[in-house]
Amino acid sequence: MKKQGKILLALLLIFGISVFTAGCSKNENSSDGQGTDGTDGNPTVTNGPVSGGEIIVGITQDFDSLDPHKAHAAGTQEVMFNIFEGVVKPDKDGNLVPAVASDVAISEDGMTYTFTLREGVKFHNGALVTAEDVVYSLKRSAGLLETVDPEVIVTSALSCISDITASKDASGKDIVTVSLSTANTELLGYLTSAIIPKDYENQANAPVGTGPFKFVSYTPLASFVMEKNPDYYGVAPYLDKVTFKISADTNTAFMELLAGGIDIFPYLTSEQASQLTDNYNIEVGTANLVQALFLNHTEKPFDDIRVRQAMCYAINRTEILDMVADGKGTLIGSNMFAGFAKYFNADVVDTYPHNIEKAKELLADAGYPDGFEMTITVPSNYQFHVDTAQVIVEQLKQVGITAKINLVEWSSWLEDTYRGRQYQTTIVGLDANLAPSDVLKRYRSTASSNFLNYVNEEFDRIFALAIAETDDAAKVAYYKQLQEILANDAASVYIQDPASYVAVNKKLAGYTFYPLYVQDMSKVYFVK
Amino acid sequence: MRYYMKKIISLIMVLFLIMLLTFIAFQVIPGDSAASRLGVDAEPEAVEALRESLGLNKSLPERFFSFLGGAVRGDFGNSYQYSRPVREMLAARLPVTVGLAVISILMIVVLSVPLGLLCSRKEGGVADRVITMVTQTLMAVPAFFLGIVITLIFGLALKWFVPGAYVAPEEDFGGFLRYMIFPAVAIAVPKIAMTVKFLKTSVLRELKLDYVRTARSKGNSERAILWKHVLKNALIPVITFMGMVIADVLAGSIVVEKVFNLPGVGRLLITAISNRDYPVVEAGVVYIASVVLIVNFIVDLLYQKVDPRVRIK
Amino acid sequence: MEGKMQNLDMKHRRRQSNTKNVSLTIGIVLVSVVLFFVVVGLFWTPYEPTAMSAALKNKPPSLLHPFGTDNMGRDVLSRVMDGAGTTFIISIVTVAIGLAAGTLIGAFTGYYGGIVDEILMRLNDTLTSFPSILLALVFVSIIGTGKYNIILVLGIIFIPSFARVVRSEYIVQKELDYVRNAKLLGAGDLRIMFVHILPNTKPILLSAITIGLNNAILAEAGMSYLSLGVQPPDASLGRMLSEAQTYLLNAPWLALAPGLMIVFTVLGFSMISENIQK
Repeated sequence: MKKQGKILLALLLIFGISVFTAGCSKNENSSDGQGTDGTDGNPTVTNGPVSGGEIIVGITQDFDSLDPHKAHAAGTQEVMFNIFEGVVKPDKDGNLVPAVASDVAISEDGMTYTFTLREGVKFHNGALVTAEDVVYSLKRSAGLLETVDPEVIVTSALSCISDITASKDASGKDIVTVSLSTANTELLGYLTSAIIPKDYENQANAPVGTGPFKFVSYTPLASFVMEKNPDYYGVAPYLDKVTFKISADTNTAFMELLAGGIDIFPYLTSEQASQLTDNYNIEVGTANLVQALFLNHTEKPFDDIRVRQAMCYAINRTEILDMVADGKGTLIGSNMFAGFAKYFNADVVDTYPHNIEKAKELLADAGYPDGFEMTITVPSNYQFHVDTAQVIVEQLKQVGITAKINLVEWSSWLEDTYRGRQYQTTIVGLDANLAPSDVLKRYRSTASSNFLNYVNEEFDRIFALAIAETDDAAKVAYYKQLQEILANDAASVYIQDPASYVAVNKKLAGYTFYPLYVQDMSKVYFVK
Repeated sequence: MRYYMKKIISLIMVLFLIMLLTFIAFQVIPGDSAASRLGVDAEPEAVEALRESLGLNKSLPERFFSFLGGAVRGDFGNSYQYSRPVREMLAARLPVTVGLAVISILMIVVLSVPLGLLCSRKEGGVADRVITMVTQTLMAVPAFFLGIVITLIFGLALKWFVPGAYVAPEEDFGGFLRYMIFPAVAIAVPKIAMTVKFLKTSVLRELKLDYVRTARSKGNSERAILWKHVLKNALIPVITFMGMVIADVLAGSIVVEKVFNLPGVGRLLITAISNRDYPVVEAGVVYIASVVLIVNFIVDLLYQKVDPRVRIK
Repeated sequence: MEGKMQNLDMKHRRRQSNTKNVSLTIGIVLVSVVLFFVVVGLFWTPYEPTAMSAALKNKPPSLLHPFGTDNMGRDVLSRVMDGAGTTFIISIVTVAIGLAAGTLIGAFTGYYGGIVDEILMRLNDTLTSFPSILLALVFVSIIGTGKYNIILVLGIIFIPSFARVVRSEYIVQKELDYVRNAKLLGAGDLRIMFVHILPNTKPILLSAITIGLNNAILAEAGMSYLSLGVQPPDASLGRMLSEAQTYLLNAPWLALAPGLMIVFTVLGFSMISENIQK
């Protein structure tokens, strides 16, 4: 029995360490929303910021490209936010504020956008930003250059741009005008794409932008280093140097956090976060995702609204939150994340309260008194969705539906499920740009991204009205109505906008959540 | 000389075969290189344009042979995902994997041969029983689990190293070695256990053969019998086994590289497979195949050295 | 001198047979424990292996749940009983496929040598070098995910190592006297290969099988981890162990039961096989 003893000993040792590390860490600083206003003696309240210092930020995704127009991965964009700016950029409340442009005017008819450029903005290489650079950058990201680089990612929303020109106004300031072919008052959210120097070829290896930090070095699968931009026109960052360290996965990064090798880490699970409270403040925000069990409307039996509604009634979202996220996260009832507060329609959250009897009734009505069999396709790299799927399988059993989980690789999911639309149901989290139309666009019956095969003429009609609407209040009303349509149609089983946990070294403060996937390091500082 | 020619020809054949198989595999599995690169938001037209520019729309033979042509010249092209030369990407990761492999192979050889001999000489003794039980238990622990336990004990509790804080060899070679010891242990321990078991089995079987009995009756000491006669014969299956282990270690351990956050070949390959980054996968497969073939070739040569009965034709 | 030698030999044997009995008994006990759980698990488990409860998340071992509960409040013991069966079948069938095909290939190549050897061994090398994940993906796209797919993939992946080991045995054995004698007596090649030589490779084969079983359990864990193996919420020992990774610090008991089960299986088989060899 000696060898079993060995293993037991090893396990006891692990257990011992865990008790040791967990011992004095019971009070989790879990302030909902932004900022750190939880525990007493919080540094943000009592101590002022110190300028200078270096930190290490953990990330788990490698960069897909350093050229900002070629990068699509959220993991790349969240870092590049520090290096690049558009004519406008988002602030922490989701508003678009002037950046390289100092002033923005949108014409009444929604056909012309006029940007007045800020004077004296410099690129990281020391050159002044000219109107030509801005025109070049906008054209490049809109696919309007004469030679199109196929790796540049062009958002379809920008296809309504007909021309981009430079001029000077009466006082001699540089003006860039964007003209559209169809009215759109929401284009500003897409015009955040990076302003880069026109004749600079080495963007993919040594990126040059206008942001508060400038690029130092990048080692694939290892690290990305940036330093303070001393010429920044806006509020200068506090930190001198920030290193983004690429960890293999969250578990590896977690070990590094325990050893104190990382100062900030943004993708923790609630369980991991609760083990780190000794050396880190845990900030809780929203992930700005729509997590849902998406249903394919052309697959039987999900073409029947009664079946879809039955699914909504059968699935207990509160229990999902309890199971997979310790009860944290925001319930949603339609395709809009809660962080986008202005447009979020809170009235539809409880369209389908958990009700097994009602679910069974609806199923019987639809001709499935004994339930049916179905498959949930889940991309395997998202443990969070895999866990959610397991809970849903159990919940559906109670109304007689037998669900089977089919894990697929992300690439297979993209090709077969998303583009090929070969699936019954799937669980993912969808993110979006800072425009309400971007969040809802895929439900248009003709949208190429409509992987649900959702068709509703009323939705299409109101969506078109919403995009062209210039009055803000009316616009908001339209978007709330669109969410209501989706909810009433039970277009999918909308679950939650997941909570996001960030560990921040107790010596640091100023970590800021955005309603976007962004790690803004310019606001982070050491406390005295 | 003819022998070496033959070996080189078969090496080329295997490399060709494995490249062809990998190419075919990429046609069979779902997932598209361009779509994977561009992600969820890209329009179908954009994906199509990228496919065109990556040359994915050419006919299958055309694509395979143009790639093969490049490979012959040692140029695997650019990564679809990162738009960097594949050769550069692979070269950056090789020192990590090879360094890890060398350290762990040293550990395996230095520890398992004496332990295996000790066990078989004193079969049934206290040392044998303890070693057998410990090694067999360790053999049963999955590599990732062993890695985590090592991290917990040496990294977090004893603070002998900072988990995840890998140091590149060009930055600080000493620091690199110091860090690599721990992942090397995670790789070596189960392999040591297996090699000890294998060696012991092999030696014990030899000891039962007639010639050992003859040697004993002639009054040779056990030690002399073991060293002079038995070990040589017993090593043959062990060499085969060690060859497989070495090839395996050189191919890069995905799990251990992940747990210890090492930028090695294993992680490169698995990332490339999941991104459908075909050029990187081909280059990785060619590397692994070359390692396997060369190691097997050396194993064949060693057979002959150890046992003259085995003749190379 | 002669007497002393004999004496030593006797002592050696006695000690050997003592050890043999003890370790054989331990081996049988270990495997029986595992088999007991597997067989009982086919018909009955203390709780439904997939039944969840938010109130019971990550509870340490107690009388009601002797091995605690996991991150979804599922009973770990029930999941282990269920998962051990799956793991057991996967690893045994995998090794059987690898062993059968590997022995055939190894025997022919080792015995005949020459061109057959060259071709088969080069195919073997190709298979060894081919990334197993890629192979698994190919199979998934042809026959879908699940238990049988993983068995087939792992079985194929295991062929080269068995083939190499068997081949190296045949290369040595075919030159030995007993083979020459058999040839002189007019025995056919097939007869020599499988009636005369094969039994002599038993010790090495048994070692290879033990190591193979162990590797199969671990490989299944790796495949499950990459989503190519057993699909959740079904359990397998490897999958449970890799899932326990996340909770190692606040719920280390999640690793205990699957870990013990794996160690029991591998150790048990290994001890039994060692005694069969003698």
